Amino acid sequence: MMETVAEPGGQCRLRPFSCEQGLLSRPDGSAAFLQGDTSVLAGLYGPAEAKLSKELPDRAALEVLLRPKVGLPGVLERSREQQLRQTCEAVVLGVLHPRTAITLVLQVLSDAGSLLSCCLNAACMGLLDAGLPLSSLFCGVTCALSPDGTIALDPTARQEQEARAVLTFAIDSRERKVLMATTKGSCSVEEMQQCLVTAQRAADTIFQFYRDSLRRRYSKS
Amino acid sequence: MAAESGRAAEACVGQVVLPGDLLLLPAHYDEDAEGERLRLSTGAAPAGRLLCGPGLRRSGAGLLVTKCGLLRHRPAGPGAYWVDSQQKRYVPVKGDHVIGIVTAKAGDVFKLDVGGSELASLSYLAFEGATKRNRPNVQVGDLIYGQFLVANKDMEPEMVCIDSSGKSSGMGIIGQDGFLFKVSLGLIRKLLAPKCEIIQELSQLYPFELVLGMNGRIWVKAKTVQQTLIIVNILEACEYMTAEQRRQALAKLSGN
Repeated sequence: MMETVAEPGGQCRLRPFSCEQGLLSRPDGSAAFLQGDTSVLAGLYGPAEAKLSKELPDRAALEVLLRPKVGLPGVLERSREQQLRQTCEAVVLGVLHPRTAITLVLQVLSDAGSLLSCCLNAACMGLLDAGLPLSSLFCGVTCALSPDGTIALDPTARQEQEARAVLTFAIDSRERKVLMATTKGSCSVEEMQQCLVTAQRAADTIFQFYRDSLRRRYSKS
Repeated sequence: MAAESGRAAEACVGQVVLPGDLLLLPAHYDEDAEGERLRLSTGAAPAGRLLCGPGLRRSGAGLLVTKCGLLRHRPAGPGAYWVDSQQKRYVPVKGDHVIGIVTAKAGDVFKLDVGGSELASLSYLAFEGATKRNRPNVQVGDLIYGQFLVANKDMEPEMVCIDSSGKSSGMGIIGQDGFLFKVSLGLIRKLLAPKCEIIQELSQLYPFELVLGMNGRIWVKAKTVQQTLIIVNILEACEYMTAEQRRQALAKLSGN
C-alpha cells in the first residue's frame, strides 16, 4: 500500500509524500507517513477500556503520545501532543463511544522539517485505518516565511531555521476550515492570511492523495 | 478551496467513500421522513423507509459518511445504505453472534471478554434447559458462543445463549480442545457470506468444526492437532492471499 505522489510545480510545492497503512499487527490501526525525508509512524488503540480516573461519562477520552527519535519526551513533545489531541477531538465522534479510551501513539522516525504537519497526516491516516467514526478528515500543512516575505510550503529543516516565522495549520476536509494553527516567530496578520490561503490550496492536494491511496487499498480486497 | 458539496447516494454505490462526504438522497425519502402520509394508491410506490447502516449518520438533507470504505446499497424491503469498512476492533452490536471468554463468575452472572471496551455479562439462566437447580457447568476460561441481547453505547453489554423461543440453536459452551484465534472483522464477514469459497475449499481438505464470532474470533477443531494448525494458518493467511494463491496452497497440502 505504498503510494508516491510527485507534486506539480507552482505555488503548491510540496515534497513528494507517501503513506502505508496497516503495517503494525498489534494496534487496531496504524499508518506511516513520509513527507520528503520526514517520516512518522502512528499506532492507534481504541475504543478500549478506560481507567476509572480517565474515563469521561459522555464521550471517549482521547490520549496522544509523541515519542521523539532520540531521548525522552520533553516539554516540546507535550505541547505538540496537546495540539494533536485538540485537532483529533474536533474530528473524532467521541459521543458514540462514551467511557472508553482512544490512544494514539506517534513515533518520529526521522525529522527533516515540517514535523508537526507530518504527525497530523500520520494521525489522520491512522484514524482511518482503525475505523473510528470521524465527522471529517484533516491534514497538516507547514509554511515558512523567509525574511524577504516569500512563503515556502512544507519547508525542510534548513528552510525552517532560516525563516522569520514558521506556521502550521490543521485543515479539515469538509469546508477547508482551520482546526488548529500554531506559529513560531513573528509575522503580520496579512502574511498569516496569505499563508493560510496557500495552505488551504495545498490541502486539496493532500486530500486527493488520501482518496487515491484509500481507493487503491480497497480495490485490492 | 471549494466546500465539499454532496453527491447523489446512488452514484457512489460500490465506490470508496471517505469520512466527511455528504451523500444526497432522492427526494421521496425526505417526504416520508417529514410526517406520516397514508398512501391510497396501490401503485409501485418505493418504500419510504430507509435504513442508515454502519458508517453513516443522518445529517440534514442526506447521509454523512463517518467511516472510510465501499458504499453498499440494498434496494429491496426497507432500502438500506451502509459502508463496508475494514476494522480490527469490535464494538458490540445487538443481535451479533460472538465468541466470549469467561473471565469471572460474580454471583449469578458470568463476566465475558468479547474484545470490546467492556466485559459483557451472561446470566446462568440464559442457557437452554437451565433452572435455578440445574445450573450450567461453566468455568473461568471457557469459551461461550452467544448473541447480544443488549448492546448500546450507554449500557453494559448483555449476552444470552438462547434465542427468543428458548432454544439454544447452536449457542452455548464450546467444547474442549480446538484452537481460538483472532482475525479482522472484514474476513469474518467474508467467511459468513453464503457459499463462501474458502470454507468450501477447506472442507474438501479435512473435516473440521468451525465457530465464527462476529467479534473477529474463530474457533477451529479438526481430528489431529496438526490438521487444526494447518487450517488455522490458512484462515489467517486468507486475509492477504488472493484466490489463486489460496488454491495453490491447498493443492500443495492435499497432495501431501
